Amino acid sequence: MDILAPLKFPSPRNYSLGGPENARAQERGLANAEWYQTPVDRKLLKELMQRSDGRALRDTAIWLGLLALCGAAGIALWGSWWAAPFFVFYGVLYGSAADSRWHECSHRTAFKTVWMNDVVYEIASFMMMRNSVVWRWSHTRHHSDTIIIGRDPEISAMRPPQLIIIGLNFFGLIAVPQALADLARQAAGHLSADEADYVPEEERARVYFTARVHMAIYGATLVACVAWGSILPGMLIGLPRAYGVWLLMILGLTQHAGLADDVLDHRLNSRTVLMSAPLRFLYSNMNYHVEHHMYPLVPYYALPRLHEAVRHDCPQPAPSVWSAWREILPAVFRQLSDPSHFIRKQLPPGAGRLPARAPAAEE
Amino acid sequence: MAWIDAMPVSAVDTDDMCRFDHGGTTFVIYRTSSNEFYCTEGLCTHQRVHLSGGLLLDYEVECPKHNGRFDIRTGQAKCRPVSLPLKTYPVRVENGRVVIDLPDV
Repeated sequence: MDILAPLKFPSPRNYSLGGPENARAQERGLANAEWYQTPVDRKLLKELMQRSDGRALRDTAIWLGLLALCGAAGIALWGSWWAAPFFVFYGVLYGSAADSRWHECSHRTAFKTVWMNDVVYEIASFMMMRNSVVWRWSHTRHHSDTIIIGRDPEISAMRPPQLIIIGLNFFGLIAVPQALADLARQAAGHLSADEADYVPEEERARVYFTARVHMAIYGATLVACVAWGSILPGMLIGLPRAYGVWLLMILGLTQHAGLADDVLDHRLNSRTVLMSAPLRFLYSNMNYHVEHHMYPLVPYYALPRLHEAVRHDCPQPAPSVWSAWREILPAVFRQLSDPSHFIRKQLPPGAGRLPARAPAAEE
Repeated sequence: MAWIDAMPVSAVDTDDMCRFDHGGTTFVIYRTSSNEFYCTEGLCTHQRVHLSGGLLLDYEVECPKHNGRFDIRTGQAKCRPVSLPLKTYPVRVENGRVVIDLPDV
């Protein structure tokens, strides 16, 4: 039984991976298909794909350094309102900025050294309350079948969008209890039907172990709160995923919201949004989202250059976050009454097109 | 098995790779920074994506779609999401040409 059903708008499509849409997508050649890529000169692409430990170490040190500073200031000022601004910033660094670190390190593109990616990936996965094993496979599927209904487990804005749930999740009010319930279920040795669709059999023991480690840390945090009679340990571990996620919602929902589904062209189902340098730092340049999906081997620090290389073949990027939301909001509100409505991105004259090809073999 | 003349050495940049199709099958020829040549099957064992669009990192090729990696010398799968190895084929350079020993395909 879906306890969130009273909060949901009915959808004509079944977004679960275990439903009929999965088979339908495969029949239509939308599963594991070949996607359009804007051609990029091989020498330039090779250059853009190079990774740098130095750059990623610098950015990670700034991120974790700011997190430690804000956390320390918050602890020192706990009990007075002066702690509030430090916890606001701490929450954003934890509950929002960790997402793009999680994302970039899941691709192992941030650092040149593989284990460095894996260490940051585990830390960021914990901060985002994501089972690192499950979500690596979930994101693999998201890249195979981006916004293909019945295949992609990471569709945030369905048609119609679940606006009540999305609104509540600006402060993690649904997502955090859901994430803890998922971790508890995995710790007990169970996968959901959707997870079982994309997590291979041989990975499942690691899923359960990872969930147990996460639950043990959250359990220890809870014990510390009770023992000290203070919510402070929770303000540092766990709760920032709720009170600091609002910026991720503002930035992350622009990636695909309101755009086409069931197409094999990231220019039509993803959105590039131009934004300021501080936001791009917090978001690890994931605002160049069309570019990231087209060439997922390009690390975050090379995405602005990739954007310049492919922009002649892509829709106009949104010039600001505000502009992106001005496009998204009317579309998603219209989708409440007309789920078939979506934003049709206009390709520039002379833009390349996906040639008709047989779909690739099933995974 | 038969030795097949695949391409001139100059067709593959150092630290890079080149796709080679033969008999309806696709292969990748790699040239390392130390000028060694290797050859593997051309499609990722995870989701049949052409590896030639990926990245060569020393002796590992990274798939352009999901970032799985293989050792080009042995074909061994090195990191998720790949788990099945690539087939590898003997390579030699003769008179400025890359020659590979392929099964009868």
